Amino acid sequence: MNEDEREPPYLYPDYVSTRLRSPVKPLVRLPDGFHDFPAPLFPRAIGALDSDLTRRHEGEPIGERIIVSGRVIDSDGRPVRKAVVEVWQANAAGRYLDQNDQHPAPIDPNFDGAGRAITDDDGQYRFVTIKPGAYPWKNHRNAWRPAHIHFSLFGNQFRSRLVTQMYFPGDPLMPRDPILQSIPDQAGRDRLVCFFDPERTEPEWALAYRWDIVLRGRAATPFETPE
Amino acid sequence: MSSPLTPSQTVGPFFGIGLPYEKGNEAIEAGTAGALRVEGQVIDGNGDPVSDALIEIWQPDQQGHYRSAGTGAATGFGRVRTDSEGVFSFIAIKPGATPAPDGRRQAPHLNVTVFTRGLLRHLVTRMYFPDEANANLEDPVLSLVEPGRRQTLIAEKAGGLLRFDIRLQGERETVFFAI
Repeated sequence: MNEDEREPPYLYPDYVSTRLRSPVKPLVRLPDGFHDFPAPLFPRAIGALDSDLTRRHEGEPIGERIIVSGRVIDSDGRPVRKAVVEVWQANAAGRYLDQNDQHPAPIDPNFDGAGRAITDDDGQYRFVTIKPGAYPWKNHRNAWRPAHIHFSLFGNQFRSRLVTQMYFPGDPLMPRDPILQSIPDQAGRDRLVCFFDPERTEPEWALAYRWDIVLRGRAATPFETPE
Repeated sequence: MSSPLTPSQTVGPFFGIGLPYEKGNEAIEAGTAGALRVEGQVIDGNGDPVSDALIEIWQPDQQGHYRSAGTGAATGFGRVRTDSEGVFSFIAIKPGATPAPDGRRQAPHLNVTVFTRGLLRHLVTRMYFPDEANANLEDPVLSLVEPGRRQTLIAEKAGGLLRFDIRLQGERETVFFAI
């Protein structure tokens, strides 16, 4: 399987929104190297509090407090340093603060559901948040999204850009979710599911989940000199 | 032995709480000499506006260098969401030419990335400039595109701005590049 075959297709009819939004014509493939230029420099400062979604309001959000952390590496196994990691998610009741979310579940005044972090020299990131709830959507009758956290990452290269979703182990909604099931192979789907992390779980305070992320590196060229 | 990549998933409909930021439309600071306004509409296969897309642009400076170090408000990167009419707009500047991997010269262009509900992977395209006809003719990327579709990659001058519509599907579908 090559890299492309492991990714979801653009057209996946079970996920209804792909039907009118996926390109019909094949993508144009450029020779190696045309997309080997640096990733954008994220133009906003990111502070330490940005990665703690539970401490941005007067009170604490309702829900199960969790720590989500992991390592960002490239496909050659090298840590991706100073990578910007952005997350957004529903609250514990399965409601997004977004004005387009009409699900009749309560908004939590102490939770806006968005955060940012930067990886350290080992590629590690860490968020403190609350476990998001499942929520219904209108894709098909009685459709529910499994609990997930949206992730957006910039690596070091333009090619490294990734927007994806992290899921929680054991969620019975995963096999029925066309967005997750759009990934062709089970191993690929499993890569979007975090692990319970007893090592980083903090006594009397919060469960931890671990999720490592692999980004595209530079296109391989035989002439590349080692850095 | 390389590690398998983490697969992509859609940005979904609710990224508005996490991704947009103030003045995200300014890839360069408004008021900079040479600043220009790029405006476009994202359109689906029915011809309807896509009102929940996120567009990012990433451009080199006027010398053709990507600004990949330092800090500052405007780095050549811009990010905006489309409005209820599917319309987005940016403040950008015409970049310098950049070298292709084979040493040829690439005509000035902006890299444009599209995320939206219904896209399980993001799409990457390029916006070229209408007043660079000669450079566009010799551009190594445009020349890989079938002639009848090249125009989808070239902005149109419309009054004081450059118009660049993005058609995800259908007639005059925008050319997108595999990454």
